[in-house]
Amino acid sequence: MSRSLKPVLLSGLAALAIIGAGPLIAQTAKTPPVEKTAPVARAQAPAATPGAPAKPAPLGLGRLALPAEIKAWDIDVRPDGVGLPPGKGTVRQGDELFQAQCASCHGEFGQGNGRWPVLAGGQGTLTADRPEKTIGSFWPDLSTVYDYIHRAMPFGNAQSLSPDDTYALTAYLLFLNDIVKDEDFELSDKNFTSVKLPNAGAFYDDDRETAEKAFWGKEPCMTNCKPEVKITGRAAVLDVTPDSKSAPKVD
Amino acid sequence: MSSDPKTEPLDRRRFLGAAGLAGAGLAASALPLRAQEAKPDPLITEVQDWNRYLGEGVDKRPYGTPSPFEKHIVRRDVSWLTASPDSSVNFTPLHELDGIITPSGLCFERHHGGIAEINPANHRLMIHGLVDKPLVFTMEDIRRMPRQNHVHFLECAANSGMEWRGAQLNGCQFTHGMIHNVMYTGVPLKLLLAEAGLKPSAKWLMLEGADASGMNRSLPVEKALDDVLIAFAMNGEALRPEQGYPLRAVVPGWEGNIWVKWLRRIEAGDKPWQAREETSKYTDLLADGRSRRFTFIMDAKSVVTNPSPQAPLKHKGRNVLSGLAWSGRGTIKRVDVTLDGGRNWQSARIDGPVLEKSLTRFYVDFDWAGQELLIQSRAMDSTGYVQPTKDELRKVRGVNSIYHNNGIQTWHVRPNGETENVEIA
Repeated sequence: MSRSLKPVLLSGLAALAIIGAGPLIAQTAKTPPVEKTAPVARAQAPAATPGAPAKPAPLGLGRLALPAEIKAWDIDVRPDGVGLPPGKGTVRQGDELFQAQCASCHGEFGQGNGRWPVLAGGQGTLTADRPEKTIGSFWPDLSTVYDYIHRAMPFGNAQSLSPDDTYALTAYLLFLNDIVKDEDFELSDKNFTSVKLPNAGAFYDDDRETAEKAFWGKEPCMTNCKPEVKITGRAAVLDVTPDSKSAPKVD
Repeated sequence: MSSDPKTEPLDRRRFLGAAGLAGAGLAASALPLRAQEAKPDPLITEVQDWNRYLGEGVDKRPYGTPSPFEKHIVRRDVSWLTASPDSSVNFTPLHELDGIITPSGLCFERHHGGIAEINPANHRLMIHGLVDKPLVFTMEDIRRMPRQNHVHFLECAANSGMEWRGAQLNGCQFTHGMIHNVMYTGVPLKLLLAEAGLKPSAKWLMLEGADASGMNRSLPVEKALDDVLIAFAMNGEALRPEQGYPLRAVVPGWEGNIWVKWLRRIEAGDKPWQAREETSKYTDLLADGRSRRFTFIMDAKSVVTNPSPQAPLKHKGRNVLSGLAWSGRGTIKRVDVTLDGGRNWQSARIDGPVLEKSLTRFYVDFDWAGQELLIQSRAMDSTGYVQPTKDELRKVRGVNSIYHNNGIQTWHVRPNGETENVEIA
């Protein structure tokens, strides 16, 4: 099943040629919100010419996003600080917020209650038998902390924290992870990108196609491939499968 | 499920012979009368209720559901895996399914903030960032764009993730059930991006969901322009709420987490965002303490779904071994199956469509004399990738990577038919 786009593009162009540029007004009249917004300046749909370059023609659908709409939804923050809103908060302020809004799941010191995520500690465990992956031991970028808290926390009341609250909580998490030591430390959009997380350098892009090249191009053995086989592990020993016990009957 | 009458018995004999199994000739012998068959079967000799009385009329089931006799075939969770059902996962009952299409209601669920219930009239998709014209689309707009249909598997990167340290969960639903395969209907993302006019400096897109976790992932533009669909339908009807209704990303061959559900926003940028789900999660911690990131592609993998711990062998003689194979890099070229723990293999019979980045169904029709079996399957894809053993994977990756465990699965069948998840050497 090759996925050549040519037939689709050609038929798309053909359809546009039939419709022409006329129905745009009818389309916009159909959805009232469109009328309130600035009209989109659009190139005329090009006529379908056989052998035209494989570039999809504008469909004339959708409307311009308004600046206020983009501002309302554009909440993401990147490691280089792009997206950080103005604001600030101290470790102390973060401590107070954390105990009120976060500790019931994550524990007073970010140690995690039950199976809720552990947020602090674990430094030096990444090669251990049971690695503890926390903000301090594992996460590469501080921006992820800000971005995630703001978009998804507190669990069940997302996007309820102000920028100042989010800076304060992020500062408190740095403190819990011994990355800042001073309870008066204030994190803001001004000093945010100067804070580096300890494990930042330990990530690299997927290299399976070179590092695991041996998994390609083998002609596997089909007969008499090994002299003996022994069972080295059994799931039933652990007995962690939901209601798994019922012996079958063979006829 | 037809087989070639000329070659199939020969293949079977050769296979069983090579495997050194006794009793290969037994199954084809005369059909014995079992004890209960000595008396006429009342199910045949007596008129049954369903054969006498009228059933429900056409209006009783305006949206059809499976027979009540199938009600045990459901998605299941493993409650100890996660802290809360709102941010959790359940598993597709692979051992109860056949063919390659997963029924929509049995597709495993993974949510990070529960199921967002969205009236499609209230859903918007925004495309902004490094584009000529930031745009907002309604569902009405999207349904007026040229659409395509494609069948693809979606596999969670953590599928089989509980098995890195050894055999743990006893059932292919739990070891391999974070996968489903459906036909999607949607608009190629490249059309939407062309509409907004992607700037040449745009190298990455951020996809974001409208759910309570605002799930966001960075997607390379190159993939977006290749085969990504923005889908509104699965298996011929609207997406199910659990699968992102009314709109989701379909990112063929790539880990499920990046198939953002309830898709509301696509931002174009020059760098990845390093969101929580691509740094603290969905990165692969290796034995040296370093981690691979952006390991998007799902490597070739397969599993025998029957027999398996939840679907033990019940009959000596004729049996159907069945399984699934898939690759995020292309099509499945071959699947080999062993019944004796890898001493001898035969190529399975592939049946049904063999599609790009889709589940592919395979079978081995075999006779069972009641002896112990150690069953494995090994997938090979169109790029020449050969599914590795779990130990081969551990050698390169250690046991802490959680994600991308595509190692060969072993089932141990005992003489009583009981089947267990085991590891062998």
